[in-house]
Amino acid sequence: MSRASTLICLVAVLGGALLLAALNLGTAPESAAHVPTYVVSLVGKYLCFAILALAVDLVWGFAGILSLGHAAFFALGGYAMGMYLMRQIGTRGVYGNAVLPDFMVFLNWKALPWYWMGFDNALFMLLMAVAVPGLLALVFGWLAFRSRVSGVYLSIITQALTYALLLAFFRNDMGFGGNNGLTDFKDMFGLPLSTESTRVGLLLATAALLCACLLITRYLVTSRFGRVLIAVRDTESRTRFLGYRPEHYKLFVFVVSAIMAGIGGALYVPQVGIINPSEFAPANSIEAVIWVAVGGRGTLVGAILGAVLVNAGKTYFTGALPELWLFALGALFILVTLLLPGGIMGLLSRARKAPKAAAVREPAE
Amino acid sequence: MIRLCRVLLLLALLLPSAARAQTEDPFTGLASDNFDTVAAAVGALATSGNPRAEAIIAALQNDALYFADGGKFYIKNGDDDFVDARTGAKAPGINEDDLTSVSVNNAVRRAIEGAMGNLNLFSANRATRLKAAGEVFKTRDPAALPALDRALAKEQDGEVKQALRQAQAAALLARPDATDADKIAAIAVLRDRGDLAASGVLASLGAQSPAVAAAAATAAAAIARMQEMWSLAQSVFYGLSLGSVLLLAAAGLAITFGVMGVINMAHGEMVMLGAYTTFVVQQVIRAHAPGLFGASLFFAVPLAFLVSGAAGVLIERCMIRFLYGRPLETLLATWGLSLVLQQLVRSVFGASNRDVGTPAWMSGATQWGGLTITWNRLTIIVFAFLVLAALMAALRFTSLGLRMRAVTQNRRMAAAMGIRTPWIDALTFGLGSGVAGMAGVALSQIDNVSPNLGQGYIIDSFMVVVFGGVGNLWGTVVSALTLGVVNKFLEPVAGAVLGKIVVLVLLILFIQRRPRGLFPLKGRAVEA
Repeated sequence: MSRASTLICLVAVLGGALLLAALNLGTAPESAAHVPTYVVSLVGKYLCFAILALAVDLVWGFAGILSLGHAAFFALGGYAMGMYLMRQIGTRGVYGNAVLPDFMVFLNWKALPWYWMGFDNALFMLLMAVAVPGLLALVFGWLAFRSRVSGVYLSIITQALTYALLLAFFRNDMGFGGNNGLTDFKDMFGLPLSTESTRVGLLLATAALLCACLLITRYLVTSRFGRVLIAVRDTESRTRFLGYRPEHYKLFVFVVSAIMAGIGGALYVPQVGIINPSEFAPANSIEAVIWVAVGGRGTLVGAILGAVLVNAGKTYFTGALPELWLFALGALFILVTLLLPGGIMGLLSRARKAPKAAAVREPAE
Repeated sequence: MIRLCRVLLLLALLLPSAARAQTEDPFTGLASDNFDTVAAAVGALATSGNPRAEAIIAALQNDALYFADGGKFYIKNGDDDFVDARTGAKAPGINEDDLTSVSVNNAVRRAIEGAMGNLNLFSANRATRLKAAGEVFKTRDPAALPALDRALAKEQDGEVKQALRQAQAAALLARPDATDADKIAAIAVLRDRGDLAASGVLASLGAQSPAVAAAAATAAAAIARMQEMWSLAQSVFYGLSLGSVLLLAAAGLAITFGVMGVINMAHGEMVMLGAYTTFVVQQVIRAHAPGLFGASLFFAVPLAFLVSGAAGVLIERCMIRFLYGRPLETLLATWGLSLVLQQLVRSVFGASNRDVGTPAWMSGATQWGGLTITWNRLTIIVFAFLVLAALMAALRFTSLGLRMRAVTQNRRMAAAMGIRTPWIDALTFGLGSGVAGMAGVALSQIDNVSPNLGQGYIIDSFMVVVFGGVGNLWGTVVSALTLGVVNKFLEPVAGAVLGKIVVLVLLILFIQRRPRGLFPLKGRAVEA
């Protein structure tokens, strides 16, 4: 959480994204230095997950709220973007209907449901991508924190929340494409999604938004507000007795975190080309928590690091040794919580402090 | 003979026009070349009470009935092997060339089938008689009325008698010339039957006199009410069944999470281990002692308890004891464990569903009034309560249970009294896991045995424990059954998935109102 590590992280994210962009667009496809477009989108996906991890770290690391439902906010942002992208397909769909997406034509729907109205407008979509997760978090958080549901109970009901949404979005008559979700996107803001330049643009936008989120969260947690938040995390009742309203602090940070997750989801959908109800699966939310744990809870930079590392590992394992991935992920959960409570960042800071401590101790011997 | 004649005369009066034209001897009609006459004769023969009727009609059905001049009828059993149709006596020296076959068309075949149905009313076999009465109820053929009357007079069995009366009522209502009083009596019989078939008969009555129509309308309303009651009872049964499944899955969790405060996300995998234990036990029995298959579950239950319990003790010793007091970390580590266990089972047994058989005594269903009760569901309800009773008894009456309660209530004091608290922790965790394993045996009977089996129950189980109040087994019982019944009542209204969502949302709201569940523990221990 130190200034230096934040700086390094910003430089690494922006520099890495720019480097990938240059290597993808600036080199010939046959050149050895060329980065294929799928790698660009893959890294873009990791960065979206990093935004989600940052959101989880904000609530878990600094407010002590272990949310096992953050993927729900991520997926809601994703669905908002998906609905916009569906409307952009227009007459290029299989059924060629100018207004209705293919799956609605297939289900014999005659008119667009009211909640799909306005999603042909990009600005409206951007508003919804933050407003829907934010509102859900506001209502849910207000109910939960007001009645002082905390700890494991809160974790379980957040998990129930995402589970309920999972079941709901699987239903065809919800009007979100059911099991298959939304896919077959053509273009975004008038730019075709299949071209390299759009892909690179998405990566750069994701990197920029990730950096913005990092700066905002860092500002939040180092401010006076952040100190109270940490006090709430460590001893909630004492903070309450000192005259603060912990539920207000928690609610605010929960909503901010949900909005960030929604932004991550909205950026995720155009880069992977599909959004379906499995994004709501409770397992996804828990995986996001483990990214944070691997990187180091309460370090922000660690969340980004953990998200990228674990997902890179996942890509490698599921490609090379698919049957070993769940073993590896499961072992990661167990080992990190048992042996590495501070995550990678904790390990790094210990390594950095250790020589100094040794140097101080030596003269005394 | 006079009595027979009188019966026949009566029958002839009751039978519809074609039959009424018949003389008292149905055999003459059989020889006719008019198919309608033949068909009528078949009907008359069937209801005549003639002991040879069945054989004769069966022969007709098989094209083996012949007649000769002079009203003689013969049944052909084989080449040059004829018997006299009326007496059944051997008839040697008959030349097939002298005989004429009684020919049949579709109308006659229908008459034969109807007649065979009526004949079955007099069968010596009770089940056949019941079935025949049911057939008549379905066809509502007024022509069967005389046969029904006679069958009723002869019938000794109460249930068959009732079926016959209902068939009689249905057939009578289909008769155009029945009196209003008869019809109203018949409607009363149908009302007492009270099922969908009865209301179907009432609905198809057509135009009737006001009195009959009114009786039919009240009877239909009564039947509808009855049906509603039964479907309500059926929902309750399904709800109890679902609740008992939830109870089984949550009972172990009520120990590990409720009593010990350890949040074990791998609890579902303990259930899964139990289900796979059942699979292995059945495989071994199939291979070595197929005769014992019916008892396979009795072997599986204790084994599953041991397997899952041992796994639980191992997990507690190797992992959870390092994480006491850090519930969120416990949650993550056990989640990781659940992934490892799932993948392990997938590697060993494969990813597809394994086939766990149901012993014969658990398959099938029984009808109790309007309720359909499947044996496996009923067994699971009973099993769930047995497991729970055993669990409560273990906690209440055994020395281990005493120590467990002591440790959870005041760990330091218990330790000061010489209780080895680490061992008690391990055994308590093992007990909770073992109960989950037994739940797996039950679930293997109604759910797919796959590596993901446990995943489907983990959220529901936590919901049950949280709803019921942590640390309270009775709360778990009430909450499991409530959730099961509520779920099943919502299903017809909202659909299965939406019903589940509604329950989840209600639970989330409930936890806001009462964070400690339905039956919270009270006292100082809670605040610690």
